[in-house]
Amino acid sequence: MNSGIDAVGLRLYQSLCWLPRPPGDFAARCRVALTTEAESGKQLQSLASHALDENDLHRLAQLITQAQASGRSLLPLVPFRLGILSNATTSFVIPALIASAARHGIAVECVSCAYGQVVQEALSADSEINRRQLDAVLIAVDYRGYPLTSTVGDIAAAGESVERALAQLHTVRSAISANNRTLCIVQNLALPAENLFGNLDEVVPGTLRSLIQEFNRAIAQSIAGSKDVLFDVAGLASTVGLAEWHSPDQWNLAKLPFSSTYLPLYGEHVARILAALRGKSRRCLITDLDNTLWGGVIGDDGLEGILLAQGDATGEAYLSLQRYLLMLRQRGVVLAVSSKNTDAIARLPFRKHPEMLLREEHFAVFQANWNDKASNIKAISDELELGLDAMVLLDDNPAERALVRELLPQVAVPELPDDPAFYARVLNAAGYFEAVTFSGEDLKRADYYQDNARRLNLQKQFTDVEEYLASLKMVISFQPFDETGRARITQLINKSNQFNLTTKRYTEPEVAAAEADPDCFTLQVRVADVFGDNGMISVVMCRKSAKDIWEIDTWLMSCRVIGRRVENSVLGEILDHAKRAGIRKLVGKHVPTERNQVVLQHYEKLGFQRVASQSDGTTVWELDVNAAHVNPAPAIVQRSGFEVTEAAKA
Amino acid sequence: MESDEIYRRLNDVFSSVFDNPMVISPELTADEVEGWDSLRHVRLILTVERAFGIKFSAYEVNKLRNVGQLAKLIQDKVGAKV
Repeated sequence: MNSGIDAVGLRLYQSLCWLPRPPGDFAARCRVALTTEAESGKQLQSLASHALDENDLHRLAQLITQAQASGRSLLPLVPFRLGILSNATTSFVIPALIASAARHGIAVECVSCAYGQVVQEALSADSEINRRQLDAVLIAVDYRGYPLTSTVGDIAAAGESVERALAQLHTVRSAISANNRTLCIVQNLALPAENLFGNLDEVVPGTLRSLIQEFNRAIAQSIAGSKDVLFDVAGLASTVGLAEWHSPDQWNLAKLPFSSTYLPLYGEHVARILAALRGKSRRCLITDLDNTLWGGVIGDDGLEGILLAQGDATGEAYLSLQRYLLMLRQRGVVLAVSSKNTDAIARLPFRKHPEMLLREEHFAVFQANWNDKASNIKAISDELELGLDAMVLLDDNPAERALVRELLPQVAVPELPDDPAFYARVLNAAGYFEAVTFSGEDLKRADYYQDNARRLNLQKQFTDVEEYLASLKMVISFQPFDETGRARITQLINKSNQFNLTTKRYTEPEVAAAEADPDCFTLQVRVADVFGDNGMISVVMCRKSAKDIWEIDTWLMSCRVIGRRVENSVLGEILDHAKRAGIRKLVGKHVPTERNQVVLQHYEKLGFQRVASQSDGTTVWELDVNAAHVNPAPAIVQRSGFEVTEAAKA
Repeated sequence: MESDEIYRRLNDVFSSVFDNPMVISPELTADEVEGWDSLRHVRLILTVERAFGIKFSAYEVNKLRNVGQLAKLIQDKVGAKV
């Protein structure tokens, strides 16, 4: 069989061409994967990280389901219980989804509804969907499942038809929200390939095409500002082609909602949304230079020799990749360079080439040396304080790609086609940077990390930590949770992995509930310093577990401000409020994950006493509120939104 | 395409769909194979279509009674393609 890359222009999406092909003995590897108890999760994820076809996905999904049923730990895969409501057969979609989710570090358990029972299942409180505690419900209904009846030429009837369909969807979404208290992943509708008039379908009201487009626009509008998220199936289907997407024979044969050829792509796209909901999207793109950002080798070909110019087809291919990277940076993706080069030579095009779009200032880390790429990527990860599983490496060299995949399996490394004209498209199709929310803070994220790298440089010049911290001129602001901060609070709760004591994830409605709960003390913390505003960097939730005890349910902090004793100041703030609320004891927990070792000694450092260690590695800590002593960060402290407002210099 | 070649490729398809190394014969029917239910049947048909680059109509699929008839149908279609 040809790999997807050979026919990249044709089957780029269908073949998941950014993923390496499965090994020839994939089936055999599946058979032995779970014979040992250890590292099941890692093995399954590694098997899933190939471009699998429907049968491979089916095989792997069976393995995952068996492992789940036997109660085996699939860590580091994160469990996710997904309900699926569909007007079509879900028997084919579910295995594709389970196996694809493992690729993204998620162990999905699916609960689906009876065929064609979408509305009934959502409404009835004791349906399978509503009886289970789900993390999300996918509303996978296509145009055949809504009362969209073509009413050609009748504007009023067309409007009513769209309203009826929206009302149906609204009923399902509100019922899920009320019965299951969870969020919906709402599919919009792929247009059918067939039209009625032809070109006129777009003009005449009431054609199925115009009804669907109106419906889709209304869904998108209803998603913004809600807790639900959109799965843009319409976009996906039109990207691959409607005639390819819809398969009338397969619909008739088995009520397959789209051609089975696209099951791997569909599963992958749902998995990306689940991963984004769980904070597992990538955040940093590390790029190679020679033959990746420009054609040729700068060390050999020199400034005049590299291909990077308008008017030259190859040069333009590299420019379009650069343009795409700039757009990624703008939306908050951190860029870094890792190149086997002499530093001064590697920087030459960035400084001297008139057609370069990317400049040194766009990169948080610029690393040109002769070390191996794996060590270099580790160094970048350390410098940016971003985990390896937040990284993507873009490199034209298959040997480098293979090396990094082998040594650092957490790093995503897309396969690249031979023709650089497709680099940007392949990178885009790989969907590493999927997001379920977008806030103003995202726009500034790339700058934050760059500032942070600059801070580290500054830090090197100080020998005295106190002096360094003082030089930052920090302003720490404390507020309880509020409506303005809610989206960002939810984002942090679902994205923070390293400085996160319990790694509990909450949806936006759950955050709102905590906000309103009188027995829950909440804190959102912002830090500004000489380099600029870091925005919200810490979130805390304490729940009253007894008359005079607060249990610290959630305590997380952005790694951007690690090492500045901000956490000490936060503890000081918690203690202040605790005292006023008549609380005598704080109870904290460290629940270990693969990524939160950085806070292993968090409570110990803050003066808590360990009172218990559980078999899963969780440690429990206590602090006497009235005897506690904190050493806060040198900073100006501001407070607002609490019942008693005050400003004090700590 | 020679009949042997079709059976050789069908062995691969069946092994993949049933997740078990299989050697099939013309007389084999769904009743004789564990797990050959209607869903598996759909996967089998779709995988055959892809492996041979052909399409079956629902009418053709419904008429099939054993592997031999499937192989014959494939042979007709692959032959017709040339």
